[in-house]
Amino acid sequence: MTRPRIFVPWDAGALALGASAVERALIAEERKRGVAIEIIRTGSRGLLWLEPMIEVETAAGRIAYGPVHGEDIAGLFEPLLEGGRHPLRLGRPEDLAFLRRQTRFTFARCGVIDRQSLADYRRHGGLKGLERALSLGPPAIIEEVTRSGLRGRGGAGFPTGIKWKSTADARAAQKYVVCNADEGDSGTYADRMLMEGDPFCLIEGIVIAGIAVGATKGFIYIRSEYPHAIRTMTRAIETARTEGLLGERVAGSAHVFDLEIRVGAGAYVCGEETSLLDSLEGKRGQVRAKPPLPVHKGAFGQPTVVNNVISLASVPAILAEGAEVYRDLGHGRSRGTIPIQLAGNVKYRGLFEAAFGLSLGEIVDDIGGGTASGRPVRAVQVGGPLGAYFPRALFDTAFDYEAFAARNGLIGHGGVVVFDDTVDMAKQARFAMEFCAIESCGKCTPCRIGSTRGVEVVDRIIRGERRAENLTLLQDLCETMRFGSLCALGGFVPFPVISALTYFPEDFGCAPLGAAAE
Amino acid sequence: MPTGSPWSVERGEEIICTHKHLAGAALPILHALQREFGFIHREAIPLVARALNLSRAEVYGIVSFYHDFREIPPGRHVLRLCRAEACQSMGADALAERVRERLQVNWHETSADGRVTLEPVFCLGLCACAPAAMLDGRVIGGLDQTRLLALLDEARR
Repeated sequence: MTRPRIFVPWDAGALALGASAVERALIAEERKRGVAIEIIRTGSRGLLWLEPMIEVETAAGRIAYGPVHGEDIAGLFEPLLEGGRHPLRLGRPEDLAFLRRQTRFTFARCGVIDRQSLADYRRHGGLKGLERALSLGPPAIIEEVTRSGLRGRGGAGFPTGIKWKSTADARAAQKYVVCNADEGDSGTYADRMLMEGDPFCLIEGIVIAGIAVGATKGFIYIRSEYPHAIRTMTRAIETARTEGLLGERVAGSAHVFDLEIRVGAGAYVCGEETSLLDSLEGKRGQVRAKPPLPVHKGAFGQPTVVNNVISLASVPAILAEGAEVYRDLGHGRSRGTIPIQLAGNVKYRGLFEAAFGLSLGEIVDDIGGGTASGRPVRAVQVGGPLGAYFPRALFDTAFDYEAFAARNGLIGHGGVVVFDDTVDMAKQARFAMEFCAIESCGKCTPCRIGSTRGVEVVDRIIRGERRAENLTLLQDLCETMRFGSLCALGGFVPFPVISALTYFPEDFGCAPLGAAAE
Repeated sequence: MPTGSPWSVERGEEIICTHKHLAGAALPILHALQREFGFIHREAIPLVARALNLSRAEVYGIVSFYHDFREIPPGRHVLRLCRAEACQSMGADALAERVRERLQVNWHETSADGRVTLEPVFCLGLCACAPAAMLDGRVIGGLDQTRLLALLDEARR
């Protein structure tokens, strides 16, 4: 008789909620009862409020249970083996509304497959993109990525195909692909989940990028705050080398490509591509002036493609399924899907991959189910610490690059942090400046000095010192930082500050706006 | 355990030697040194400088730039509490206040008994299970006051 297969996530989020205790309890129960089971460690499906969510394979498909804690296992063990009844039984995961409503394109395998098994990856459609890429050749790969409309998922939204074309056109003996896995924005965890749940997908995407631009070497720069992702990626790279996916003859072709991991050291600014490159080279992670662009002079002075994890991980499916499938999803100039990360004070917390174009209200109220605290939603910060705070009045904003930019916001890397009505927006504005002061690389004056002065000015406003004068000063300071900073850290920190001030003036001791919306 | 073994020039040289062939070796070397000794010893700086053909000032510049690298030994345990927005929205500020009270420390400081160093962290990617923390290498989500104080007691035993 085959052993029942039980799937337990090894995603850091699931581990933080007790997945290891669940595994230990399963093993203890297995021994106690003398029933052999097979435990497969997957990533997370992304329904974090149900984690640890475990699954069992049955004739009717996989059946999920959650949230399961170590102490539940004694009572759950018997029904679990059959996929039977239990108060924690959720049914087939694909039937859960939160998953059913998604378009899982990039995250199709995350939480499903054995994250460490290249064979399982292949069984679930992995390496089809690479096979097609090898048959197309570099110019046609770039053409396909360009036609898909894929734009940089790190936040800047620059067309990936154009970046690849520029690097391919650059002449040099050595070129690099650098994967930016320095996911520092609060409220975002898509890169982490992908690396922990489907590491071979990222490797496949990087290899395709390497073939397309003529690079033979790649680096994944992972932040040190992600030890689990580092461990999973390190092992996956070793397996990929052993199995011939990396090395002298990539997947049996004439292409050479190898990949190394570099670990960051706690500097938020290294998520900015040029400071990431300096850090990768072993220097202080300070921002470089552009030009030269990294595509011409990137890592170690050579032409380099720097792409975010999700951008690269979307490539295998784009090539496997065809550019049109991806391009036909989306809204306006934002094509394809985006993993929206619902975070903070929200009831249904987790990763929701969908085509661009949902409204912010649908995301927060409908998909997210409002706050976890049960209190009214007051503000939503989209796009990380440099993203604007949106009030309910702007909940009709469509989730796409241009629609958010038009309302002085940004979608960034797709993080959505929800706050209830206990939030103090003046404190949030102060924090934005404080964070910028802590994380500024120090290269340009508006960011280095402006952020510290910003904290002081907000403090004076909060204390009610010459409020009108200081409000004008804050506006002026934000203007200087916005237009005078070298990179997005100093340049975008005015977004949270000014949006807080504009939409929540009562928190700064000013008269509330009747209608805060535009 | 972050404490690490006592500083030794020989062992330091050995670690530097195993990593110095890497492209952009400074960060891998510093990480490896900190993993071994718990912090970057003052005497390690000229060794790294020599191995990488940099000035001591340049190496010190790298060490001091990155939040991860410590110049003094940490306590027996390191508690990293997330201070970023997603955790704030779930009450992380109040939790941090309680921890600082309980340990009688400020951020980046070690409790008088040498057991716990408190460090801020800006996002562990556990934003859907906020408030979150990391005790040594262990991730913990969905913290509340009771769980956090129990965790502190565990670390101080």
